Amino acid sequence: MKRVKILKSYAAGLALLTLAACAPSTAPSSAGGDDRTGTVRVWLFDEPNRAPKEKVVAEAVKEFTAAHPDVKVEVSYIPTSPARHEKFKGAFNDPASAPDVAEYGNTDLAEYAAAGGFADLGADVGAWAEGKEIGADLLKSATAGGKLYGVPWYIGVRALYYRTDVFAELGLEPPATLEELATTARAVREKKPDLYGIAVGGEYTFGALPFVWDAGGDIEKLDGPESRKGVKAYTDLLSDDVCPPQACAALTGGKTVELFASGKAAMGILGNFSRSAVDAGPAAGKYAVVPLPGSTAGTPAPAFAGGNNLGVMRSSGHRTLAVQFVQLLAGKTYQVKMYEAMGNLPTLTSARQELAAKDPFLKPFLDTVAAGTRFVPVDPAWVKIDNQKVIPTMLQKVATGQATVEQATTEAAAAVNAAFGRS
Amino acid sequence: MTTLATTPAGPQARARRAGPRPRRRDGLRPWLYLLPAAAVLLPLLGYPIYMLGLLSVFDYRQAQVSGGEPTTFVGFGNYATLLGDQRFWSVLGQTVAFAAALVVATLAVGATLAVVLSRAGRVPRLLLSLAAMAAWAAPAMTGSTVWMFLFDADLGLVNQVLGIEGFNWFYDRWVAFGVVGATVVWHSFPFVMVTLYAGIQAVPASVIEAAALDGASAWQSFWKVLVPILRPLITIVVIQSIIWDFKIFTQIYVMTNGGGIAGQNSVLNVYAYQTAFGSSEYGLGSAIGMVMTLILLAVTLLYIRALHRRGESL
Repeated sequence: MKRVKILKSYAAGLALLTLAACAPSTAPSSAGGDDRTGTVRVWLFDEPNRAPKEKVVAEAVKEFTAAHPDVKVEVSYIPTSPARHEKFKGAFNDPASAPDVAEYGNTDLAEYAAAGGFADLGADVGAWAEGKEIGADLLKSATAGGKLYGVPWYIGVRALYYRTDVFAELGLEPPATLEELATTARAVREKKPDLYGIAVGGEYTFGALPFVWDAGGDIEKLDGPESRKGVKAYTDLLSDDVCPPQACAALTGGKTVELFASGKAAMGILGNFSRSAVDAGPAAGKYAVVPLPGSTAGTPAPAFAGGNNLGVMRSSGHRTLAVQFVQLLAGKTYQVKMYEAMGNLPTLTSARQELAAKDPFLKPFLDTVAAGTRFVPVDPAWVKIDNQKVIPTMLQKVATGQATVEQATTEAAAAVNAAFGRS
Repeated sequence: MTTLATTPAGPQARARRAGPRPRRRDGLRPWLYLLPAAAVLLPLLGYPIYMLGLLSVFDYRQAQVSGGEPTTFVGFGNYATLLGDQRFWSVLGQTVAFAAALVVATLAVGATLAVVLSRAGRVPRLLLSLAAMAAWAAPAMTGSTVWMFLFDADLGLVNQVLGIEGFNWFYDRWVAFGVVGATVVWHSFPFVMVTLYAGIQAVPASVIEAAALDGASAWQSFWKVLVPILRPLITIVVIQSIIWDFKIFTQIYVMTNGGGIAGQNSVLNVYAYQTAFGSSEYGLGSAIGMVMTLILLAVTLLYIRALHRRGESL
């Protein structure tokens, strides 16, 4: 009894002490400055094949420093893996080690906005001639709580890549509906057992979501009958007669790109940005692309409109210079150059139209965009859902037979609700 | 902790007979000797634990760290969330079972090889020692990566030798735990082996000889003679192993890519890390850390107490 009492008073004392004096520290809220000289630090994402990106960026830096002789631009490349969150959190927590300009994935926006890491660029983009060309739906992917936290730099859209040589040999047509996709995939694996019918992965969230969206479901109601239909359609592909769970359950989107590029799969749900990776492998020159079909022929499944924005850090000491550099890099000239180097779809309508006329490869992707795209919830909850691997866990549990579609989706829906704080 | 409290009791009892003044000086002396170590250990250990405890009673997420939202005191709210979370309990159970299996396996392998080492000739002993030292010296990260390559589904040496290319060792929960467990044992048996080998070397040969003369088999003399003599050493090794294996992180994180398919291979430390740094729930993550610390403390205290009850000391 005595011990309990002592413990209690100790706990109360500790609580008082902490409340009074030492609540855990919080980063200083510096609003930054507006130096016109010095070094502008830029963070861009590292890519599997970075060299062409680096070259284009170096050109932009050269142009920028020619116009501003007193300014140096220092570019660092940061990983796109989940480690990026740590990098960004570090930058928010310690302005001294933060960049002035940073590229970030638009799915991370809500979390970064809630953390107060980026500056509101609404006025700057409004006053920027080229910026008026960015469509409203795209600006939305850089907007949180009514404030614009960056300039959409490029978007990426996924579509269905398929092997023309395999399809020709087996006398198959590219699928027109999701149902046909499944039967085609089975037919390929039956006749060519060393090939996967389609490369799908248990950790490939953005490969699975179009199935869910097409069935009428959504991330926020995963336990609805429509979502369940979509989850079933996708996880049915993770079976021995298409893409065996032994090999495919743990695959991420990036790994499915590798599978398709290395010639081990007859189809794959790949982005326009994966083109260079595929062209570097054995599947080069033996593939074509169509929009990922939906449940009815002629209507593509809604694709996820992923993309990256360029933002200016709130703590930046070179606000004007940083905004100018963003406008240069996100301007039409460099958007077109970035497309030519990396295959990134421009966000400026004029740049997109110009490229579509020049490059027929883009057609299926632009058709997909035209049919309507979807986005993840712009809410810090999404980062949580993503980090807790809620959707991959759901897919993997079904694919490995650890749970039925009903159980897995119910569990996932509960986790999504918890992330939104609705429980 | 208990030893610190009981050791001064001896001199105190004696001092009581000699009068009050020397008692005080003698009572202080052990503490004086402890001072240098305490001066280093307390801040190094105390501050992180204090911060961990502090964070665990706050609603402290990324928004609070970077100043977007005010930090609020939630008392034991994080602990309540944790204890009500089914996933926490399943991960905890899994961690305890995995750690127990690892401790037993590490001890079995380490003790067997220690006995082998004490009986082997010069060259085999040298080779075994070198192999063990190499395993011991390999950083956990490097070792895990190498083992992961060995067990790779398509290109791994193991699959090529066995002729089962394409078999995914990390697909089934128990097979994956087995491979990771083997890596952990490989990493940690040298400590057990070297410690027990040193202990065996210190056992007078006459004792073993006497046992042999009395007709004890090798098995009997190991269990009835060596083990009782080495008990204090074994205790240290067991406690160390429990602590290491309970807070296993690197091997699981690297080899199963952060917890395996659908998180089936997650252990408490990985779970705490993912909660704190993946989901940016620093408060909740700290609560998991606190729970782990308390569990380990309890295990250690219980073990030491059990030893004292039996009238043995470290």
